[in-house]
Amino acid sequence: MDLESIWQAAQSLWVVWLMILFLGVVFWAFRPKNRKRFEDYGKIPFRDGENGG
Amino acid sequence: MAQAAPGISGGAEAVAYNDEVVRKFVIAATFWGVVGFLVGVIIALQLAYPVLNPPLEWFTFGRLRPVHTSAVIFAFGGNILFATSFYSVQRTCRTTLFGGPGVANFIFWGYQAFIVLAASGYVLGVTQSKEYAEPEWYVDLWLTVVWVVYLVVFAGTLMKRREPHIYVSNWFFLSFIVTIAMLHLGNNAAVPVSFLGTKSYVVWAGVQDAMTQWWYAHNAVGFFLTAGFLGLMYYFIPKQAERPIYSYRLSVVHFWTLIFLYIWAGPHHLHYTALPDWAQTLGMTFSVMLWMPSWGGMINGIMTLSGAWHKLRTDPVLRFMVASVGFYGMSTFEGPVMSIKAVNSLSHYTDWTIGHVHSGALGWVALISFGALYFLVPRLWNRERLYSLKLVSYHFWISTVGIVLYIAAMWISGIMQGLMWRSYDELGFLQYSFIETVEAMFPYYLIRSLGGILFLLGSLIMVYNLWKTAKGELRDEAVVTDAPRVATAAAGE
Repeated sequence: MDLESIWQAAQSLWVVWLMILFLGVVFWAFRPKNRKRFEDYGKIPFRDGENGG
Repeated sequence: MAQAAPGISGGAEAVAYNDEVVRKFVIAATFWGVVGFLVGVIIALQLAYPVLNPPLEWFTFGRLRPVHTSAVIFAFGGNILFATSFYSVQRTCRTTLFGGPGVANFIFWGYQAFIVLAASGYVLGVTQSKEYAEPEWYVDLWLTVVWVVYLVVFAGTLMKRREPHIYVSNWFFLSFIVTIAMLHLGNNAAVPVSFLGTKSYVVWAGVQDAMTQWWYAHNAVGFFLTAGFLGLMYYFIPKQAERPIYSYRLSVVHFWTLIFLYIWAGPHHLHYTALPDWAQTLGMTFSVMLWMPSWGGMINGIMTLSGAWHKLRTDPVLRFMVASVGFYGMSTFEGPVMSIKAVNSLSHYTDWTIGHVHSGALGWVALISFGALYFLVPRLWNRERLYSLKLVSYHFWISTVGIVLYIAAMWISGIMQGLMWRSYDELGFLQYSFIETVEAMFPYYLIRSLGGILFLLGSLIMVYNLWKTAKGELRDEAVVTDAPRVATAAAGE
């Protein structure tokens, strides 16, 4: 198999690669270890030094 | 400003935010909003009563229609996005705008010049005839300059942030700025006919031109009217509700899936045309998939009020914002349905499309923009609260009734129009001539105009309220029980 045919085989599986990418994003976002960190990010709008925040 | 060491998280030391330019954008957005709604009412009436097209070609429907679309999308929506992105990026990064006040003012005046150049061209007949990209080459070049400066200021502000994480609203704003730059350059690649003339020819031709155009136009919807305003939603709904977003983790998935899927959806504007079938099917598939991130975002916005639903009863500003997210959910359900080829064969080229656009534009974009304006004006002018919450409530109901009249009329009119076009008699002849379909639509054109008039009326109530608020007047009215304080001033003091 030369590089060209490997490339073509990989291209034909694009939906698989994109699904892996999508699942990766979901895993990263919903991993229990990241929970606290992300919830903390949600409070950023209240740290602007105004309105007693 | 007090340039603190790049030590992160620090306390609540005051930063001198650049609110001067935000105030200018707020005024401009309010002004262009009223102009855009007014021109919309005029062209709606011109469709109902053709006699309203004056003998002077400048003010006929064909010339005024792009004035309406550009005024509401780019002038009203654009100024809202500048105002809200500059307001929130400074506060979520706890730093002032990159580049200083001079550059920010250049963006403001440069963008207003773009609007005036574009609109004056339309009425005089200077157009490259691309929907939502009508301005000719010299206006396109000018917008490119302004837009690149906008990108530099926004990205520069992110880079000098004093908050380690980039808050999600800024992801949406940045994707909006970058993608609009890409779309604008791709779709407007054109060769001027002469150095000093206004006329140019686009380099694309035939079906490639059609595809480039709808790649542009659909992603103008996707990134200008959706991603940009989602950035607004992720900042202003939590601020107004005084609660963090329902799920920050969902917002991460929302962002990546939305921007990835939207960019492929354009071909659904070209069903049953010379565009290859596979491309049409691709556009349809991605449009249907887009339903999921759209609803993920809608749930995230609305559920932010989970446990605090009573605020909707007492806070009409929040009501604007939440109703807008409801309309967002409705029109992002309708859109995928209309992108299915079988449905599109009925809906395409009919008023159903116009109704769909307006449920998104009036219901989602305009309502959340009104909510943001009501949020911003008391804070930007350092007022205790809005002049009148009662007037906000009137505005809410008048404009919502206007939207419902508008979109219901267009649904009925559009589906009727589509069904009349495809009716055959027993001998195989078309049952209706085109003019018969136009006549049948007349009552719905009247209802649509009435909806538009109500929407315009609501916006005038808002202008009055905001004007009084900026002047510092407070209307003496009974406070609705447990209404939250609208503002506590003291910004940047």
